[in-house]
Amino acid sequence: MMTDKKPILRVKNITKSFGDVTILNSVSIELAKGDIKILIGPSGGGKSTFLQCINCLVMPDSGEIELDNERIQFTRKQDIYRLRQEVGMIFQDFNLFDHLTALGNITVPLRKVKKMSKKEAEQRARLELEQVGLSDKESLYPAQLSGGQKQRVAIARALAMDPKILLLDEPTSALDPTLIGEVINVIKGLAVKGMTMIMATHQISLIHNLADEILFMEDGRIVEQGPPDALLAAGNKSKSQGFCDLLNELSEVEG
Amino acid sequence: MELSPFYQDLFTSLNRGLLMSIALIVPSAVGGVLIGITAGAVRTYGNRFFRTMANCYAAIFRGTPLVIQLFVLYFGLPNLGIYLTPYLAAVLGFTLCSAAYQSEYVRGALLSIKSGQYLGAQALGFTTFQTIVWIILPQAFRRAIHGCGNEIIYLIKYSSLAFIVTCIELTGAGKTVATEYFRFTEVFSIIGLYYLALVSLAIIILKKIEHRLFIPGFGHH
Ligand SMILES: Nc1ncnc2c1ncn2[C@@H]1O[C@H](COP(=O)(O)OP(=O)(O)OP(=O)(O)O)[C@@H](O)[C@H]1O
Ligand SMILES: [Mg+2]
Repeated sequence: MMTDKKPILRVKNITKSFGDVTILNSVSIELAKGDIKILIGPSGGGKSTFLQCINCLVMPDSGEIELDNERIQFTRKQDIYRLRQEVGMIFQDFNLFDHLTALGNITVPLRKVKKMSKKEAEQRARLELEQVGLSDKESLYPAQLSGGQKQRVAIARALAMDPKILLLDEPTSALDPTLIGEVINVIKGLAVKGMTMIMATHQISLIHNLADEILFMEDGRIVEQGPPDALLAAGNKSKSQGFCDLLNELSEVEG
Repeated sequence: MELSPFYQDLFTSLNRGLLMSIALIVPSAVGGVLIGITAGAVRTYGNRFFRTMANCYAAIFRGTPLVIQLFVLYFGLPNLGIYLTPYLAAVLGFTLCSAAYQSEYVRGALLSIKSGQYLGAQALGFTTFQTIVWIILPQAFRRAIHGCGNEIIYLIKYSSLAFIVTCIELTGAGKTVATEYFRFTEVFSIIGLYYLALVSLAIIILKKIEHRLFIPGFGHH
């Protein structure tokens, strides 16, 4: 079913080393519109580095990225700025701009990158804040927001740019357990609306409910990949299965 | 009650000197902050060439006495065919010296900004220049503001060195009267009070600016 949709993002054979250490070893991924792919795997496996390679926050040593059938030239700044506008990113620790209000965080990229007028940008920003349930918090600064609220502002900020794809790097793992739910709900809402996403997460409910495909990363490679029903089927001795069992046990201990 | 001729002379001179001091301090402080921000940003983010230039500039102006800088500007530059009025030489010297120190505060503040701020902006498609101007500098400036204010207070006091290049400001004006009447203790005590007033005024203005720029999460309140 997924194969007859044409991919909007093609990432091929990304390799990245820091010094002598190979962090990513020929990693590839392909997404069609509406796909949700979830990266799991042990710490240090390269999930964050891979996500950051996809929007060139970390420059790959080699490999190819194609967005809407257009090849990104890593040496052309214009290509990279355009890629980043169309591929939104959500970080584990939010990275909201500390000197701007919730509203300002959303309007500043609209105005400086998308060159919108102040009025247009504010209208759009208010709409996005409403979507994540934070209309009443628009004039608060990051220091005055809870972790969950910060992450929701970060999501609103990314969505205001009208990205074709959203990359999420452990969006809930810096959050207090009581605040995880509100962010999960927002992400599930995005999935319902058909947002195309690649997400690294250890949140079992996100993995189970959202993933079209699970990619298990270890030592800089994708060592397993497949739809969750297949990989996580009872009795399947896959690495993903073992990993998710572990996560389940942990969440039972916590909860 | 009529003031004695000595005090009449003194206050007329000092008030004239005070105006000159203010005319020296205000442009030097503003220029120092603006050039200091630019130099600090170049020293932190510039390419190799500009970074080296800016580092050399800061090293020279922080590493040599201001008196010598003023001498070179006023007495040295004419050898190259550049003639500056005493006022211009003094303002230029103060601005460049102050900016060198300011650049150090700005640089420290820039380096203290967490890399996530930069990443966040880059991920939204900001160019490097836009990131620095719209995200990093506004935060760094708030972190640097205490240091920058302190440097302005130093500037108020070292502005008295303008007499070296024959620019008669507060200290110079007072000294002339003191020599004429041979009443050094009184004159210099009163000059001291003038500076104290200037510095107090500067502190009040800086506090106001800090107050206006205050944002939750930056410094205490
Ligand atoms: N800038 C860097 N310089 C050197 N090594 C780095 C750099 N960034 C990441 N690494 C290394 O790359 C490896 C993969 O890191 P990465 O953050 O991508 O893993 P991860 O799968 O996201 O792990 P986690 O689940 O802990 O977030 C790690 O061993 C890390 O130390
Ligand atoms: Mg990571």
